Amino acid sequence: MVVLTIKMPVSIRTRDLRKVFTSAPPLAAGGGFAPRRKNKNQPAREILALDGLSLDVNAGEIFGLLGPNGAGKSTTVGILTTRVRPTNGQAWIGDYDVWAQQVEVKRLIGVVAQRPNLDFSLTAREILLFHGAYFGVDSRMRSARAAELLDRFKLTDRADQLARGFSGGMMQRLSIARAMMHDPQVLFLDEPSAGLDPQTRLLLWEIIREYNQSGKTILLTTHNMEEADALCHRLAIIDHGRNIALGTPADLKASVPGGFLLRLRFSTHSPELLERLKTLAGVSEVRFNAEANGENSTDIYADRGGSLVSEIANLAAATSVELSDVHISEPSLENLFLHHTGRSLRE
Amino acid sequence: MNWKTFFALLARDAHVARRSLVPLLLQTFLQPMLFVFIFGRVMVSSGYMRPEYKSLLLPGIMAISMIFTGVWAVAMPLIGEFQFTHEIEDRLLAPIENHWLAIEKVCFGAAQAVVSGLAVIPAAWLLLRPGVELNLQSPVRFAGVTLLVALLSASGGLALGCSVAQTQIGLMFSMVLTPMIFFGCTYYPWSALASFPILQKVVLVNPLVYASEGLRGALVPQFPHLPVIAVFLGLLIFDALLLMFGLRQFRRKAVT
Repeated sequence: MVVLTIKMPVSIRTRDLRKVFTSAPPLAAGGGFAPRRKNKNQPAREILALDGLSLDVNAGEIFGLLGPNGAGKSTTVGILTTRVRPTNGQAWIGDYDVWAQQVEVKRLIGVVAQRPNLDFSLTAREILLFHGAYFGVDSRMRSARAAELLDRFKLTDRADQLARGFSGGMMQRLSIARAMMHDPQVLFLDEPSAGLDPQTRLLLWEIIREYNQSGKTILLTTHNMEEADALCHRLAIIDHGRNIALGTPADLKASVPGGFLLRLRFSTHSPELLERLKTLAGVSEVRFNAEANGENSTDIYADRGGSLVSEIANLAAATSVELSDVHISEPSLENLFLHHTGRSLRE
Repeated sequence: MNWKTFFALLARDAHVARRSLVPLLLQTFLQPMLFVFIFGRVMVSSGYMRPEYKSLLLPGIMAISMIFTGVWAVAMPLIGEFQFTHEIEDRLLAPIENHWLAIEKVCFGAAQAVVSGLAVIPAAWLLLRPGVELNLQSPVRFAGVTLLVALLSASGGLALGCSVAQTQIGLMFSMVLTPMIFFGCTYYPWSALASFPILQKVVLVNPLVYASEGLRGALVPQFPHLPVIAVFLGLLIFDALLLMFGLRQFRRKAVT
């Protein structure tokens, strides 16, 4: 008789997560003989990675953490996967407290780390088989599932070679296959499509969607707008360890005032011009950004794009300021990020 | 405790060890066998050493092989997997408490140390014969000492492997293991240090002293050796200390 265990989708929650690194962040170089601080009273160099992050990821959704490098995405994933101890706050996978009930949590999750961490002493197939064995998958099931995943990720012809010699993209595919090997209820993917060619990226997206449709919860981090937009049901935008916006990609994009963003450069800074720009039809916000290199730019959020340019140029001419550069972007998460942080995602 | 996971972790290590069997054997036996050949055979045959030295040397060589094997088997993979390749992360995510992974490494390293220790006896006997007089009076005592020495080597490997950075591996061998071997009463009995009274006391902090003296007492009791109670006490204390320190270091490394 086949015993069917009905697995309910599992949610993810965090409350006020704070993480301060006093040494170099996760597993970076350095060991036990690291040089000691000369002056014991001098505080260690502290890096605030998370600053009170609270998230609620619903069971069965694809949730994205979007943010620039160093925003705290990987630290969040690290805490949720038992690999990083939070300084304060709590995290739960389903009903299990991640820090207090690590074994139960580890059973529920599959993790794809940002950097490949494959077992280089094993072949691709063995990596999957042993991973299954760690999770108590029985041997026949293990072989079948490994073969299926190798095929799905187009690794069958290299299956019996050591993973050491794989290309970056192949390692990434194998890492994802491994994370799915024990059929976890929650899948964490830290920058899953980094280093993948466009074709493989599409394959990965398809696999992620399929996996989600079988009732699994997926949390992925990305700084790729297109990916977040294409995959995620909901997104949190993270910057400096804080959650600065949350919602569906569509809602978030709609929340950017005006939708269109015109980034302008003028020959000189004129407060009078800025005031007059605000009076143009369709303009909802004008922001002046002084930049570190002495240059400056002006952002205009508006509900139209190209048609504004001639009006702006006219206004500028009327205040004897020269318009030197215009960049128009359509409503996008990129603009959203810029709106909330004043910085571009790629910076 | 999740035995399925624990045995799967052991199976993985055994699989990897099997794959690198030949280099593993060379690395374990080449150096001690060269030593046995030069000191036990060349020096004795040429008359520079007395014939009894053959029997005296054997337990010391066995202790060196065991310590070297256990330390190497546990420390080297840990140093690499934690610091550079992160290979260990997959096993840290296996559904078992993190410290069981460290214990698994120690069990596997200790098993390897037992195998290499037991293999030294026939190998050295073949190289040295005739003239090796082994006198195994109590197999239980021999088994007890061998197990404690194996645990010592693997726990030491855990402690070193979680404390030493990749760039310091060479330093680990030249600064820790080499002095340990030379001051470990491996090539001479502890009583030979009687004319260096301070050194004789100081070497007692070297756990290898209890390993080689213990094996000497169990295999060739006709030579002077530390009393059995001192050997067991010394080995138990160092086993416990190194294991506790190693586990603490492992926990620190495992989670950031």
